[in-house]
Amino acid sequence: MADHDMSDKPRGVTIANPWTHLRKHTPARIALGRTGVSLPTTEHLAFQLAHARARSAVHHAMDMSKLVQDLARFGPVVEVQSAATDRPAYLQRPDLGRKLSAESAAKLAAEVTGPFDVAFVIADGLSAFAIEKNIVPFLEAMLAVSDKAGWSRAPLIVAGQGRVALGDEIGAIIGARMVVMLIGERPGLSSPDSLGIYLTYGPRVGLTDEARNCISNVRSEGLSYAEAAYKLHYLASEALKRSLSGVNLKDDAEVLPKPDGVGAGNFLLDAPKS
Amino acid sequence: MAGYAYVSGHERYVFRDLKDLMAKATPLRSGDLLAGVAAGDDTERAAAQLALADVPLGVFLQEMVVPYETDEVTRLIIDSHDADAFKAVSHLTVGGFRDWLLSDHATTEALAKLVSGLTPEMVAAVSKIMRVQDLVMVAKKCRVVTKFRNTIGLESRMATRLQPNHPTDDAAGIAASIVDGLLYGNGDAVIGINPATDSIGQVTSLVQMLDGIISRYEIPTQSCILTHVTTTIEAINRGAPVDLVFQSIAGTEAANKSFGIDLKILKEGYEAGLSLKRGTVGDNVMYFETGQGSALSANAHHGVDQQTIEARAYAVARPFKPLLINTVVGFIGPEYLYDGRQIVRAGLEDHFCGKLLGLPMGCDICYTNHAEADQNDMDVLLTMLGVAGINFIMGIPGSDDVMLNYQTTSFHDALYVRRVLGLKPAPEFEAWLKAQEIFAAGEQVSLGPDVPRAFRRAIAAE
Repeated sequence: MADHDMSDKPRGVTIANPWTHLRKHTPARIALGRTGVSLPTTEHLAFQLAHARARSAVHHAMDMSKLVQDLARFGPVVEVQSAATDRPAYLQRPDLGRKLSAESAAKLAAEVTGPFDVAFVIADGLSAFAIEKNIVPFLEAMLAVSDKAGWSRAPLIVAGQGRVALGDEIGAIIGARMVVMLIGERPGLSSPDSLGIYLTYGPRVGLTDEARNCISNVRSEGLSYAEAAYKLHYLASEALKRSLSGVNLKDDAEVLPKPDGVGAGNFLLDAPKS
Repeated sequence: MAGYAYVSGHERYVFRDLKDLMAKATPLRSGDLLAGVAAGDDTERAAAQLALADVPLGVFLQEMVVPYETDEVTRLIIDSHDADAFKAVSHLTVGGFRDWLLSDHATTEALAKLVSGLTPEMVAAVSKIMRVQDLVMVAKKCRVVTKFRNTIGLESRMATRLQPNHPTDDAAGIAASIVDGLLYGNGDAVIGINPATDSIGQVTSLVQMLDGIISRYEIPTQSCILTHVTTTIEAINRGAPVDLVFQSIAGTEAANKSFGIDLKILKEGYEAGLSLKRGTVGDNVMYFETGQGSALSANAHHGVDQQTIEARAYAVARPFKPLLINTVVGFIGPEYLYDGRQIVRAGLEDHFCGKLLGLPMGCDICYTNHAEADQNDMDVLLTMLGVAGINFIMGIPGSDDVMLNYQTTSFHDALYVRRVLGLKPAPEFEAWLKAQEIFAAGEQVSLGPDVPRAFRRAIAAE
């Protein structure tokens, strides 16, 4: 047990907080210290830099041909584009990011024919970094689970400038009972590379958010690939069994046991009373 | 419908119907452009504002922007309208209403009496012809006080939601942010977690954890897990110690359907919350969130501008007497509010409209990394809302929500606005902060030099 001095420590005019050791539990910006009641210069400028970096992540383009190569190990891959032709159009016209370009719709209809139990769609969303960093290790975990369950699955579909609902049109065209959208979440200051997963049973154009189940923050520092695959397997199994997804399909999956050590308990309640 | 027009010399501007007029009178924002309902240019917008100023308030009870027959929110608005309360302003046009609101006749008491006589559309209409200083001036005169374990909304007070989100709902990680927030004097509106995953098991264990912390440290505040209302109802049925029942709401039946709710489900949630009787000084048990653009996002806007639809969401909240209602103003993204300028105006409009309709408005003063906005814009909105008498804001470590991936106001930000405007926390919470010596004695908001005795063991044991 470390011996902590419980007085705020003056450091010139700025005051440090004596709970910086709690940072081991969270990526949140705790114990920043203060000058008066304001942020010290160091912390203020560190924030500005993080913001500039997150803005860069939004505008980073997904390298489609490299991605298709990387995914070839999992079987056939089909490449499509949304109706949003570039990043500015994608950011200002969410409606375009939710539908396929005319060529991509025709290509899917011609080349991919179901029925399939599940289709995995991979889209850049607001962070291509998220796909570049997470998609291969996640699919390694997930496809093993999916194949063990015996689900028939469509070729992997890679979508450029895509939003979540793009999966509905894709699933409807190819005849998939379920669509799993794997998409880059909008970049945070501390997490420019977070993967989001959306499950939709009976995909068709016009569905809204209540028809989906979401698993968010999948990345090496967030929800682990194994835990995400476990939750998705549970949700997808229930969706197939009950022929529905969304708010009527609750996630009753048992929370996986956490590794021992950091994060195992809550020190505010575990400590003996003073 | 007859349509509306404004004539200036040989120029004539014609507006198809009331919703067209209101949309074109709305100050510029990207969401209305996306929906294809905005004015073509600034001149058409100014002409629409002039025409809107001449519309009698009574017209808003005759011409519906969303049909009565097919939308339960419109039915709620019309069926619960109080004609007696409306009499005080029924003779006015929208322009005359602006003049009245800014006049010395519109006292705090007069505005309180008017609440049930106003519809969201009337309030949205007048906001469209108001400048930022008008929105501040009138909102500051409105007072909406709510209670659960403390009293929120009193004059010269402002509360904060302590938002200790963690990317994987790790208990120690959440506790670390709670310690940081409490020791910076935040958390009187609610300690409210957005869970990373929407499972009943997860939600229940988080509810129990917050209940344990609030009880053990005897904090006069309330907890909330911001999950779907049906999940909270199920958690209550399983015996979870729920304080506040949360739900995101919008201003049309179809948009609410896209959230998986309707008025009946909200009523079930409200009654489930009330049944636990966990409030000590009051029984306001609901926490709602809203935000311009959510209806369009669900393709459920009926061709109505996003600010009018947002005001209608406050009518959805009204029957359930919320403790807190929070417009999450910059959260959805630049396709609805493009930049800092649009976010600032929208935040002040929402606060004004909600307060006139009698709701305990707070604001998540926020932006995303794909919007053209930064901390300077948030400082402007925070300061303006502080002046306007906002009931509560968010508080998060260093402005960075590491779970939802956006930036909102920090624990430090709350102390800034308290200090420059002399705003105190809820009285019960302020007494606790002083007893714990988190706040130093004296009138100016200052933090004490030491970690409170009650927290020393827990922090040192780490």
